[in-house]
Amino acid sequence: MAGTAVAQGSAPPLAPAGKASLMQSRGMLGLLFMLPAALFLLVFLTYPLGLGVWLGFTDTRIGRAGQYIGLENYELLWDDSIFWLSVGNTILYTVAASILKFALGLWLALLLNERLPFKALIRAVVLLPWVVPTVLSAIAFWWIYDAQFSVISWSLMKLGLISTPINFLGDQYTARATLILTNVWRGIPFVAITLLAGLQTISPSLHEAATLDGATSWQRFRFITLPMLSPLIAVVMTFSVLFTFTDFQLIYVLTRGGPLNATHLMATLSFQRAIPGGQLGEGAAIAVAMIPFLLAAILFSYFGLQRRRWQQGGAD
Amino acid sequence: MTSASDTALPAGSRAALQDESVGMTYLDRAPRRLVTVYLPLLVFVFVLLFPFYWMGVTALKPNHELTNFRDYNPFWPASPTLQHIRYLLFETSYPGWLVNTMLVALGSTVISLVASVFAAYAIERIRFPGSRWTGLAIFLAYLVPPSILFIPLAVMIFKFGIYDSKLALIFTYPTFLIPFCTWLLMGYFRSIPYELEECALVDGATRWQILTKIMLPLAVPGLISAGIFAFTLSWNEFIYALTFIQSSENKTVPVGVLTELVRGDVYEWGALMAGALLGSLPVVLLYSFFVDYYVASMTGAVKE
Repeated sequence: MAGTAVAQGSAPPLAPAGKASLMQSRGMLGLLFMLPAALFLLVFLTYPLGLGVWLGFTDTRIGRAGQYIGLENYELLWDDSIFWLSVGNTILYTVAASILKFALGLWLALLLNERLPFKALIRAVVLLPWVVPTVLSAIAFWWIYDAQFSVISWSLMKLGLISTPINFLGDQYTARATLILTNVWRGIPFVAITLLAGLQTISPSLHEAATLDGATSWQRFRFITLPMLSPLIAVVMTFSVLFTFTDFQLIYVLTRGGPLNATHLMATLSFQRAIPGGQLGEGAAIAVAMIPFLLAAILFSYFGLQRRRWQQGGAD
Repeated sequence: MTSASDTALPAGSRAALQDESVGMTYLDRAPRRLVTVYLPLLVFVFVLLFPFYWMGVTALKPNHELTNFRDYNPFWPASPTLQHIRYLLFETSYPGWLVNTMLVALGSTVISLVASVFAAYAIERIRFPGSRWTGLAIFLAYLVPPSILFIPLAVMIFKFGIYDSKLALIFTYPTFLIPFCTWLLMGYFRSIPYELEECALVDGATRWQILTKIMLPLAVPGLISAGIFAFTLSWNEFIYALTFIQSSENKTVPVGVLTELVRGDVYEWGALMAGALLGSLPVVLLYSFFVDYYVASMTGAVKE
């Protein structure tokens, strides 16, 4: 991405006379202009990132500076079944939610790309789950998933489909499924709206030409829409995987990791151990343990999907 | 980015309905479209919006209707009441949380925008040595999630002595806002022709004049997009606010609603829903006025 950015603007056509003096001041000027942003990011992003790694090697607690203890935190985690459970949960949560988000989001994007009345309104409304603060919509879901007074259970019982209320968040399997579906609910609009923007750049004449050649609608989707979209899909899914993997809010509101730690993600476990538990070092170690997974997920979804781009021979 | 903002504008208008550019949908028969397009779309819209409807209905129901599904239709308040909203506004710290959230969101948005304008201009137009790598670093910074930063940040904030204050949030939110805004603004600056800058340089304008008199006025849509998106992101932020704020009067809306309105095992669902509804309203209003900018910034950040 940065590559294309540079390629597009690599040759600013400057007047030859002004060029020399400008080049001399360019380094200074650039530094000056970068200063506020760089200062902020170095102090509040780069430094804490390093500090987090360091804290993972210490036994720091809240209110007490820690000692260097080497890999002890990681050794503890290695034998900690709850930690491994949270790793498994995070992977399951990310994979399941990302696949569903992609499939449903792409479907919604295709639907929104049709000729529709009130299209602008529908599109604006569809994005609401993404706009509303996650914690606040999760609170609404908390009430919707109530063990006794869930409106979903009530409706299904009225329809005669089930006889007792569904224990959405109390049972470990339904709780996991519920959280994944809630995350999908929140993520669909982002995938759909960004993919829609990509769909709208595909020229209708391609579809018309394919139809004249006798292509079915599935073939048009498979051999025109999907290849044209795949660079965008790679980026959108990278972001989606990243947000899902590091999700905290939904789990914290709906289950706080329960029942019996069955829904702890690495992020919530890290919070649980560090802030209410007071074990900052151990929490930091869990957070650091997320980084390799995160890098792998990013590399997989970005490069894995991006390869299609040059396989298709597309210029951009 | 341009495509997103272009297409966002007239799609629902009468002219667009007769426009054949959408494709060959006119070949489909109406009943077929009902099953393949309208029905699934209806289900999508229903599922995506139902929680908000439920939020609103619950906020307006009196307490005895909330859990009594036998005597009252759960989908409609029989005797709507404002008691939950009144309770929220006059008997809890909710108004204070709203003010806090507003101040924090405005403060961090302004800081981020200012820093990002300079950074984006430097990376995109001054092209200092290493600007390419700086651009890449900014993008990578955007990918660092708050859930791996909050523990070390909590330690730092404690040392700085700004724990449990709004400043803690105003200083930490730019960590995810600056990379986003810079990335977005770089795209906008890139779309402004070099010739304009050249002319100004020939006429003897300084870099500062070029930035303030030429680039910024032309990049206003980009600034609005970045500002709105940044404001929404800070309004929605949760994990930093949960970790860095302890006292009730300094909490933001998402944290306050979740931690202060739930007491023991008694959930005041009416008040909780009213809190969620009122807390969502500012961002939803802002969003409804600037849908196109919002969509442009969302797709713009992804589409570079």
